[in-house]
Amino acid sequence: MEAFLHQILSGLAAGGIYASLALALVMIYQSTHHINFAQGEMAMFSTYLAWTFINAGFPYWIAFVATLGVSFVAGILIERIVIRPVERAPVLSVVIVFIALLVIFNSLAGWIYTYTIKSFPSPFGGSFFPQNPYMSPHEMGTIGVTFVVLILLYAFFRFTPLGLAMRAAAQNPVSSRLAGIRVGWMLALGWGLAATIGAIAGMMVAPVVYLDPNMMAGVLLYAFAAALLGGIDNPFGAVLGGFIVGVAENLLGAYVIGTELKLTVALVLIVAVLLFKPSGFFGRVIVTRV
Amino acid sequence: MSALLEVTDLHAGYGPTNVLSGISFTVEEGGITALLGANGAGKTTTLRAVCGMIRRRGSVSFAGERIDTRATEDIVRLGLAHVPDGRGTFVQLTTDENLRVGALTRRDRKAVAADMDRMYGYFPRLRERGSQQAGTLSGGEQQMLAIARALMLRPKLLVLDEPSFGLAPLVVQDIFRIMRTVNREEKVSILLVEQNAKLALELADQAHLLETGKVVLGGPAAQIRDDETVRRAYLGY
Repeated sequence: MEAFLHQILSGLAAGGIYASLALALVMIYQSTHHINFAQGEMAMFSTYLAWTFINAGFPYWIAFVATLGVSFVAGILIERIVIRPVERAPVLSVVIVFIALLVIFNSLAGWIYTYTIKSFPSPFGGSFFPQNPYMSPHEMGTIGVTFVVLILLYAFFRFTPLGLAMRAAAQNPVSSRLAGIRVGWMLALGWGLAATIGAIAGMMVAPVVYLDPNMMAGVLLYAFAAALLGGIDNPFGAVLGGFIVGVAENLLGAYVIGTELKLTVALVLIVAVLLFKPSGFFGRVIVTRV
Repeated sequence: MSALLEVTDLHAGYGPTNVLSGISFTVEEGGITALLGANGAGKTTTLRAVCGMIRRRGSVSFAGERIDTRATEDIVRLGLAHVPDGRGTFVQLTTDENLRVGALTRRDRKAVAADMDRMYGYFPRLRERGSQQAGTLSGGEQQMLAIARALMLRPKLLVLDEPSFGLAPLVVQDIFRIMRTVNREEKVSILLVEQNAKLALELADQAHLLETGKVVLGGPAAQIRDDETVRRAYLGY
């Protein structure tokens, strides 16, 4: 029983990371209807940045905040410089750009930091949380960080004028321009936020999977599955999907299929959702009246 | 009265197709101006060109400033509110949020709250729907919401693209009554595009007649209303 509970709880911790990354995917999808395949690699690169800051002697949380700041600005710059020119291009061109970004970040990380696996510290030491047999301090910390991120994002989008402007711009760009909203900047801001959330996910997952240029490949797959399961255009669905995928992956891995086949769960889930319920649990089935 | 909006030799179109071939007209400050014409005459295109939503060539000045090279959002920020055809509702936002989107460019928070209250005063049915998703509103309610959202900008000029389209006669009457109130009491000038020429000519002070991308006639609305030949030839009533 204790082991079972442990599997569920650590599934929730992993789920929080998938939820964050899924949220980043949903955020860009909502405003552009594109899936950012490079989201994971951007997060990985951010994590390397954090590693650089920490190795330069900065305390963890200062490195953490600095990484978020740099990632935010980098996200905006990527949108402005790389994505903006293909704004009106066909879907496939955009996908190619995303894949190019993925490869560039991956190779850049390998080139700068080498492909040697590095360890990444967790800020949640033994004394941070009470000892218990169910969860490690890092898992508890990860869940805590996830919830703080979710609450902050919810408050931002729900209660601030800027949040409202971003939601409006994502939904109806034409109308938003007619309300005086600078839609282009709202998209860039969305990229900045997505990159920031990704950076948090990267820093939370790195102590578990270790730091290497390919560390986000699996995580991104789980995040895809999570976002699709919840409905790719629904942030709440994506978060819930993240937790469901985290727990399911852990339980199946521990009791049914073994850890080697865990990643298959994500792929099977993606195929199953696309086949049987393409809109996910909470996604909108788009019906247009013409 | 001076001209609030002055359009001179405006050309515009979509892709390679030209729709407007050099139209000119003015909108007087404080008045209601109607653009009339049959389907395909270029009424909606004119409004879109004025607001910079499509490529255009020619001179457009608004409140003394040239706006023909500016981006839509900058034109809007000068005080030109456009209610597009199809209403442009933010369907997933609530009615309340739709109104707040209209006021996003404003910084005077207290006045915004007061304006929201005023809008709900004009359109009591919207108040009942305040926390409802705007996509679930009826066509008439969405048209009211679109007008209210545009007014939240505190515009100098309100541009309306076929506000009567697809609505029940009673609702249309309601909307036209409120447009008159807004014009008289809030001193908002109005540029109105309408298929329902009879209704528009009753409301407007000035009217311009469009035919295949050109202004064929312009003048006081009363004069056009009383000219039977014009009415028969262009307006069909």
